[in-house]
Amino acid sequence: MSVDWSWIGDHTDDLTGLTLSHLQAALTAVFFGLLISLPLAVIAHRIRPLRGFLLGLSNVLFTIPSIAIFVLLLPVSGLTRTTTVIGLTVYTLVVLLRNTVEGLDSVPVKTKEAAKAMGTRPLRTLLTVELPLALPVIMAGVRIATVMSISLVSVATYIGDGGLGQLFTDGFQRNFPTPVIVGVVLTILLALVADALLVAVQYALTPWKRRRA
Amino acid sequence: MYELFKNLGAWLVSGDQWTGPDGIAHRLAEHLQYSLLATLVAAAIALPVGLLIGHTGRGAFLAINLASFGRALPTVGLVVLVFLASGLSMWPVYIALVALAVPAIVTNTYAGMTAVDPDVKDAARGQGMRWHQVLFQVELPLALPLIMTGLRLALIQVVATATIAAYVSFGGLGRYVFDGLAQRDLVQVLGGAVLVAAVAVVLDLALSALQRFLFLPHSRLRSSGGTPTRTA
Repeated sequence: MSVDWSWIGDHTDDLTGLTLSHLQAALTAVFFGLLISLPLAVIAHRIRPLRGFLLGLSNVLFTIPSIAIFVLLLPVSGLTRTTTVIGLTVYTLVVLLRNTVEGLDSVPVKTKEAAKAMGTRPLRTLLTVELPLALPVIMAGVRIATVMSISLVSVATYIGDGGLGQLFTDGFQRNFPTPVIVGVVLTILLALVADALLVAVQYALTPWKRRRA
Repeated sequence: MYELFKNLGAWLVSGDQWTGPDGIAHRLAEHLQYSLLATLVAAAIALPVGLLIGHTGRGAFLAINLASFGRALPTVGLVVLVFLASGLSMWPVYIALVALAVPAIVTNTYAGMTAVDPDVKDAARGQGMRWHQVLFQVELPLALPLIMTGLRLALIQVVATATIAAYVSFGGLGRYVFDGLAQRDLVQVLGGAVLVAAVAVVLDLALSALQRFLFLPHSRLRSSGGTPTRTA
C-alpha cells in the first residue's frame, strides 16, 4: 500500500477545503457544548439534588452511538451540517459538563467565603473567582472534547458530511488508499495541533499558575 | 414525524423482521459477537499493560499519550485503511475495534493503579509481601472499580463502532443503517440506530449492575472514574 504523492499535489485545494470544513464542524460543536454545559454545570454545582440527574442524563446521551445520533437527527435536520454539529455537540456535553462541575467543586470553600465576606455578589464571585480558579480543570475537558470532536467528524461522512471523513468514503469506493491515509494523518495532525493550541491558551489565561512554578 | 415513528414501531415489533438470516435476532447476535470478542481481545492486551505501567510507574508517559492518541484516531479511516490493505475479511473490523478499546482500558487501569494510596502499598511491602503479592492482593482489588469503568467505556464504544462492520459488507445491526441509507429507507435506518443505541445502553446498565454487585465493599473508595471519550 503506497502513497500516490502526485494525487496529493493535485488535490491540495480540496484537502484545504475539507480540513477547514472538518475543523469548523468540530469547533462549532465544542463552542455550543460550552455554551450549554457552563450554565448546566453551575446549576449542578450549586443545586445538589439536580447534580446526579444532570450528570446521569449526559452519561446516557453519551452511551448512544454517534452514528445512531446522526441518523436519529435525520428526520429533524436532514442530511446537513446542522445534523453533524448537533450530534457532535451532544458528545462534547458529557466531558464538558463533568469537568466543569469538577472544576467548580475544586475551588476551595475558604476562597469563596473570603469573596462573600468582601461583599462580592454571587454572580461576580462566579465570574471573577470561581470560573478562573476552575479553569485548569475546565480546560482539560475542553481539550478532550476538541480532540474527540475532531476525530468524530469523520463519522458524519455516512450522512454525506464529515469533512476529512469524505476522503475515507472516496478511497473506499475507488479502492484507492492514498486519500484514506491522507485523511487519517490530517485528522490526527489537526487534533494534535488543536490540543497544543489549547495548552497555549490555558497557559496564557492562568498567569498565576506560572509564578508558582 | 408521527407517521415515521408509527412505521418505526411497526418495523421493530413485526415478527418477520426478527427471523431469518436478515432478521434482527441474527443481526443482534452478530453485533454482540463482534463487540464482545473485540473487547475481550482488547482486555487481554490492555489489562496486563495497564497493570504493569501502574505498578512499576514506568511508561506512564506512554499510558497518558496513548489516551489522547486513541481519542484522535479516526476509526472509520482505520477500518477503510485495513480493509484496503487486507481485502474482504473481518480483520479491518476487529483491528479497528481492538485499537479503539485498548487505550480506554490501559488508561483507566493505569489511573486505577496510581489512585491506590502509596501508604497502603508501603504497608503491604512492610509486611513482607513480594511484588506480585502487592500487585494482585493489594493494588488490583483497590483499582478494580476504575478498571471496570474502563472496561465499560471500552465496551460501549466498541458496540457503537461495531456498526461499521456493515460498511465493509459484514453483518451486525449496522446493516440496517447502511442498507437503509443506500435504499433511502429512513424507517430501516432509524430502526438500526435505535437497536444499536438500545444494546449500548442495556450492556452499560448490565455491567454497572454487575460492578455494584461484585465490588460493593470497594464502592465507597471509588473516585469519579476515567474520562469518557468516543471515537465512532
